[in-house]
Amino acid sequence: MSTLPGGAGRWVLAAALVAALLVPHVAPTYHVLLMLPFMAYGVILLGLNLLFGYTGLVSFGHALFVGLGAYAGAVLTGLLGVRHMELILLAAAAGAALVAAAVGALCVRYVKIYFGMLTLAFGMVFYTFLLKFYRFTGGDEGMPVLRPALLGWPLSAMPKTDYLAGPYYYYSLAVLVLAGVLMWRIVHSPFGLCLRTIRDNPLKAEALGIGVTRYRWWAFLISAVYAGVGGALLGPPTGNVDPTLAYWTHSGNIVFMTLLGGFAHFFGPLVGAFAFIYLQDWVMSVFPYWRLVFGAILAALVIAAPGGLMGLATRWTRGGARAEAGPR
Amino acid sequence: MILEARDVAKRYGEFPALRGVSLAVGEGEFVSIIGPNGAGKSTLVNVLTGVLAPSAGRVMFKGRDVTGVGPVRMARLGLARSFQLVQIFPDLTVLETLQAAAVSRLGRGRRLLASLAGDRAVQAAAMEVAELFGLGTRRHALARELPQGDKKLLDVASAFALRPEIILLDEPTSGVSTAEKTAIMEILVRAARSMGLRAIVQVEHDMDIVFAYSHRIIALHEGRVLADAAPAVIRADARVVDTVIGRPRAQAGARGAEDDPR
Repeated sequence: MSTLPGGAGRWVLAAALVAALLVPHVAPTYHVLLMLPFMAYGVILLGLNLLFGYTGLVSFGHALFVGLGAYAGAVLTGLLGVRHMELILLAAAAGAALVAAAVGALCVRYVKIYFGMLTLAFGMVFYTFLLKFYRFTGGDEGMPVLRPALLGWPLSAMPKTDYLAGPYYYYSLAVLVLAGVLMWRIVHSPFGLCLRTIRDNPLKAEALGIGVTRYRWWAFLISAVYAGVGGALLGPPTGNVDPTLAYWTHSGNIVFMTLLGGFAHFFGPLVGAFAFIYLQDWVMSVFPYWRLVFGAILAALVIAAPGGLMGLATRWTRGGARAEAGPR
Repeated sequence: MILEARDVAKRYGEFPALRGVSLAVGEGEFVSIIGPNGAGKSTLVNVLTGVLAPSAGRVMFKGRDVTGVGPVRMARLGLARSFQLVQIFPDLTVLETLQAAAVSRLGRGRRLLASLAGDRAVQAAAMEVAELFGLGTRRHALARELPQGDKKLLDVASAFALRPEIILLDEPTSGVSTAEKTAIMEILVRAARSMGLRAIVQVEHDMDIVFAYSHRIIALHEGRVLADAAPAVIRADARVVDTVIGRPRAQAGARGAEDDPR
């Protein structure tokens, strides 16, 4: 048990970070812009995996919090005239926490498919709200997200692409790194250990005095905050948010990304988000029915590589041992 | 009295699993609960550990009414248990399992951003119990990779890691080989002594184990206490011997086939 990624992992991580810092300088703008949703989803998935990989609860309604965060940006910049990204992130986190506190209190009393269906139901309620309260939410057309100031700099004179591929890129990267460091600390804390006991054996956890429902609720709350923050990061690049962000297929995509990267590893979700974004971009450019391809990939994953890409990587480097163990 | 059951009854629908059981466990006692299958032993353990609320009667712990308060609260109050069917955390290591118990006991579970590896009190407590139970050399093994006997030991050890005042062991030696049984009992009695436990209650089928370690034996039959006495008295109690313990083959044969309950 180390508090830092050990061995080769440390070098891979350092290399990835250096590469991420260099991308705006060396990569074509198109690829720089593709990194933006990756970083937003990275934050979302770090949170989802606290629930999925560490607590053993699969949410099919997490798009609710992603949508909430994204719409927070639209409401703040468009309706209230608040154009500071820090305030948007704060509002997204607070809004997600508030809703998750109530929704979580109901959902975490159930596990497995019942938990999944309940989260799905709440997600659909929110989706319908976004769709039907046209006057407030803009219905299926959604709401514009105006360019927010970063750390107090308005940056409004910059061309949009320069803004996104420059300051906004580094801002997103900083948020992702901060979210990653915080999550790393959470899962390696005494609290994180308690979550893993609940994932493995709730009956035994209770016998050891660990209140299962309470811990699940906290995990739900934290993962929702991450989804809200990640959702808020999704808004400015597209400049518009619409109800599909909160639709259940979006929840499905998030779960798929986690499976693709591997929920049994801390960095699995990040790998999954990266792979998903680039794979989707590539497949869409050569083949119009990208969902067909992704369906096949999902089926192949579940059957042949339940540990996802990180599972495959660990299997290759460590000869199979512990590939499918829970994350630590 | 540390732990008391007062006239505890428990029905599952129409079926009465317990029909008014009273018992008390005092300072320094090792009490065994015995009985044939269906006597109500598991139900009794679940009522005593707060998992099940009884249909009637009360459970007292350290003079406090703890009827149906739930396992989490019981564990915090100082009553730990192990399980008949081994309960472990498959993807946690031996040490992590014991750390989890220490985290719970020391109230560290709320520490979201603190380092578990840097928590000296938790680390030391887990290591101490690992050594005490002879699991020190396997401390980095995943629980699911342990041999059956060690899994059983880990289940018991993690209950001990709560440093409870009293521990309820539900068949601590079931499912392990005869050779391992005595070894497990020796380890846990020694651990209880060195950790200063005030009492041990066990449910056990193996009569050699029961008579070798108990100060007192409570025999259950059809949801009632059939006998509650010292081992020597129990051994001489014909009703208990007939319904619970069984006679050695030679004696059973001498009593005639018509008395054979089978």
